Amino acid sequence: MRILIVGGGTGGTIVGNNLARRLAEEIRAGKVRITMLSASDKHMYQPGLLYVAFGQMMPDELYRKQATLLESSIDFHVDPVTEFQLDQKRVRTQGGKTHEYDVLVIATGSRIVPEEIPGLSEGAETFYSEKGAVQMFKRLREFEGGKIAIVVGVPHKCPIAPVEVVFGLHDYFNARGIRDKVHIKYHYPIGRIHTIENVAKWAKPEFDRMGIEYETLFNVSEVDVKNKVVKSEEGTEAEYDMLIAIPPHRGMEVIEKDKLGQGGWIPTDRHQLTMKGYDNVYVVGDTTNLPVSKTGSAAHFEAEVISENIASIIKIGTPVREYDGKVYCFIETGHDSATYAMFNYVNPPDLKAPNKSMHWFKMSYNKMYWTSVRGLL
Amino acid sequence: MGESKIIDARDTYCPGPLMELITYMKQASVGDTLELLSTDDGSAADVPEWIHKVGHELISNEKVDGVWHVKVRKAK
Repeated sequence: MRILIVGGGTGGTIVGNNLARRLAEEIRAGKVRITMLSASDKHMYQPGLLYVAFGQMMPDELYRKQATLLESSIDFHVDPVTEFQLDQKRVRTQGGKTHEYDVLVIATGSRIVPEEIPGLSEGAETFYSEKGAVQMFKRLREFEGGKIAIVVGVPHKCPIAPVEVVFGLHDYFNARGIRDKVHIKYHYPIGRIHTIENVAKWAKPEFDRMGIEYETLFNVSEVDVKNKVVKSEEGTEAEYDMLIAIPPHRGMEVIEKDKLGQGGWIPTDRHQLTMKGYDNVYVVGDTTNLPVSKTGSAAHFEAEVISENIASIIKIGTPVREYDGKVYCFIETGHDSATYAMFNYVNPPDLKAPNKSMHWFKMSYNKMYWTSVRGLL
Repeated sequence: MGESKIIDARDTYCPGPLMELITYMKQASVGDTLELLSTDDGSAADVPEWIHKVGHELISNEKVDGVWHVKVRKAK
């Protein structure tokens, strides 16, 4: 049985390690082989970028060598897939190799595409890349007062990030003693300030208390960099001195090129996590078209279901679990407090009051992630 | 004649029905019809409000067996 995992992010790595442990005996006996193909030899802890943007983490703290995170039985190659041939059960890679498989796990993730909105790349700061997060922090340090506008592209990874960055800005400028000189305005694509109703209900009075202005039904369409004006599809606009953007995302180019899914998002069964039309192809994390958050948390819970099912199919011939849409997101509510949102397909999150303990739990999790992604937590 | 697509946003809290519709609307061509399925009662109000504000065309909005079906044509 040849299991091929394409992608070495959170989802792919947890699937690989989980499977390697569950199938250790079969691997030793030569009945199962696990291969992973990734575009990078490094693994990034992406939630750490928010801390880099506020000078609270250094970029090098975000990385580990991918090979050190994997069970030694996994055959790991830095060689991205350039072509999926699902009907022939094989992929081709940038290095010119062909890998055949019996079971395929697609975990290629997503990418930011600020260039899809005219002016956004040139005019906005973003913390969705290492370079962007470092630059945003330098700009914040130089900022002595004026208007900051926050805009949100669709779709985007980490749906909690837009409110977290607002709370972070409020605390950052308070700490510098210039909060009264900074006008913060938040713009959000739908009709309330967060897509999760309970988060919106909780965040609105917090925004009011902090003096954060907000505009809803604002889908950024264009940035006039010269005149420092951001415009919306809905016909409104806002002036800024500093623009912070959550950039829109797409799936990876190879997914679109090979017509596996529009926008790079693969049609996926919401409970079995198999690609529609292919029982031997699983999809995990951002790559799915599921109506769940694009977060490491969703990828983690999906990865556990996928690995348990692949292992059980090999051992007893049938899957044993279904994904229930579970997501758990920490919400940093400033630089010293946090809460969380946990929900699934049918149960909405019930938000608790933020506290310092949850913030320190999140700070601990920033380190514990490396245990988590090894499949030990 | 544009294409038709169904967006199944039933039983979802995040990113939620309207965010799903906006995602697919960006991928669609002018003239395409999108039908959003949602179990969130809030969608019956906020989705048409957004459609109206942006200038797309609301074709129908009805609840069938507990599921909202909001049909919209991309106009721009």
